[in-house]
Amino acid sequence: MTGDPKTSGVAAWYQKVPSRKLPTPDKRARMEGLWIKCDGCEEIVFKGDVEKALSCCPKCDHHFPMGVRQRLSLVLDEGTFVEMDRGLESTDPLNFTDSKKYKDRLKASARTSGEHEAFLSGTGKIGGRDVSIGAFHFGFLGGSMGAVVGEKVTRVFERATELRVPAIVFSASGGARMQEAIFSLMQMAKSSAALARFRAVKQPYISVLLDPTTGGVAASFSFLGDVILAEPKALIGFAGPRVIEQTLRQKLPEGFQRSEFLLEHGMVDAIVPRKELRAKLAQLVELLG
Amino acid sequence: MRTFALDFEKPLLELEEKLAQLRRSAAHHAHDGDGEHAALETELHRFERRCSKLQQEIFANLSRWQVVQLSRHPSRPYTLDYVDRLFTDWFELHGDRSFADDHALVGGFCRFDGQPVLVLGQQKGRSAKENHTKRRNFGMPRPEGYRKALRLMKLAERFNRPVICFIDTPGAYPGIDAEERGQAEAIAVCLETMAGLRVPCVSVVIGEGGSGGALAIGVANRILMLQYSWYSVISPEACAAILYRDASKGQKAAEALKVTARDAFEFGVVDELVDEAPGGAHRDPALTAENVRAALRRQLAALSHLTPEQLVEDRYQKFRKLGPIIDAGAPLAT
Ligand SMILES: [Zn+2]
Repeated sequence: MTGDPKTSGVAAWYQKVPSRKLPTPDKRARMEGLWIKCDGCEEIVFKGDVEKALSCCPKCDHHFPMGVRQRLSLVLDEGTFVEMDRGLESTDPLNFTDSKKYKDRLKASARTSGEHEAFLSGTGKIGGRDVSIGAFHFGFLGGSMGAVVGEKVTRVFERATELRVPAIVFSASGGARMQEAIFSLMQMAKSSAALARFRAVKQPYISVLLDPTTGGVAASFSFLGDVILAEPKALIGFAGPRVIEQTLRQKLPEGFQRSEFLLEHGMVDAIVPRKELRAKLAQLVELLG
Repeated sequence: MRTFALDFEKPLLELEEKLAQLRRSAAHHAHDGDGEHAALETELHRFERRCSKLQQEIFANLSRWQVVQLSRHPSRPYTLDYVDRLFTDWFELHGDRSFADDHALVGGFCRFDGQPVLVLGQQKGRSAKENHTKRRNFGMPRPEGYRKALRLMKLAERFNRPVICFIDTPGAYPGIDAEERGQAEAIAVCLETMAGLRVPCVSVVIGEGGSGGALAIGVANRILMLQYSWYSVISPEACAAILYRDASKGQKAAEALKVTARDAFEFGVVDELVDEAPGGAHRDPALTAENVRAALRRQLAALSHLTPEQLVEDRYQKFRKLGPIIDAGAPLAT
């Protein structure tokens, strides 16, 4: 992980869980050298400036993908994150193989992403208030949800219920994980059922949709937030744009399924730029928690 | 007259056609000499035995892909066919009260063994024309379909009526309008609401159980599946398009995903498999419906002893345990 001076205070917890922090392959390609070509404005920008701006373009504010630990350190009070449920592993219940064994894919993804699974969870504080929190790591098999991710998400809500504290989940996922087939599908029901129970403690659940949030993750807890926030220009929807294009055999309109489109259609409460995320979450936790 | 046959059904149908000819001819010669008639009778019995043996052979070793094909057989009974056969006093209710009525997901109150219940289900059109003119959309609901289901589930809860759902969809509709109106949100709210319903819920997969669009009416106390139905996170073709970059490799994907009712039962996701008529539900819809009736009776009777709190707890525990994982323990172990 690249050190952001504003958030490096989280080293206290970060050092407890050392793991290799290699950038994801596509990130590596973009981050090579000292200069990056921005996907938003196509300008060449200085890597140091992007890092200082929370992985956003200093010229056009395009939001680059952000590592999951950096994400949590961005929004939580310094040094308050305690990771939970790190030891959960997939059993590969279908013994799934396509061009590669699923087990090998898991190992390879752990190596390249530096994370054990596509979801990181635990507890922490926001503005001094305890929260149960979790975030997807898109770099791990596209942030897909299998049994481990589903279990961890469920535990975020169960922990929030038990502690009677707000729940916060950051989604960045292509959807349910194909390699665990029907078990992945059932995680949508399991996590939504846990959320149904959480409602009784009358604490807020804030769902933050990142780029991208689609499929079975969108169609379960991601869209069940009491408040739903989105980062600018994130791709958000049920069916992926490619599937829709193939089904309808037509080009999709510009900006379709982007955060701004969802705000316009009444599907999210607010679009929050990354640099305002910590303050906005603290405000919501204060107002509702 | 059957107008459609799956490839693996064809030898059986041809043999049955010969049997039918033989029967006609036997009837025609019924008053011929005893010897001739007896010979025909013997031939007839021989053919009947061959037919039933062939049927057994074909259906004893169906591949997963063949099960998927049967689940999509154009003559297969759909939700409203079961409504006709299993329930009385059907009163269909329409609309989500906010945008439209979705004909791809039907719902209404009716009686099962005299007891009032809510029935919900995806409804396919019998033909491409019917999918268009009757707006069945191949059983692929839009958000307004799920919001209608949600509205009716809440009614069922308030009036203390059990909920019976028939699942039969390749998936929720992937279209521009569906996305604009919040397909993901509509499904998500169904999942959460159904999880918390204080009445008995039983879902039966009668054909296709395609992804979240199916699960939206599947968060039930008991999940049943017809013998030749499938249920998974993605359709075999869509999976093949992603994994093998070739949608025609659905056969391979069906094997990899282990999509059949039998698989789901062995995984512990499904509580009961319901036998279809020999050769598939389309060969004898009445017999298949009777099997569904018996299974529904059994499951509803068992659930009728639970209090509203126990029903919600029962449903929670059912889904809570789904998803095999290894828990390596210590939360911070590295
Ligand atoms: Zn830029």
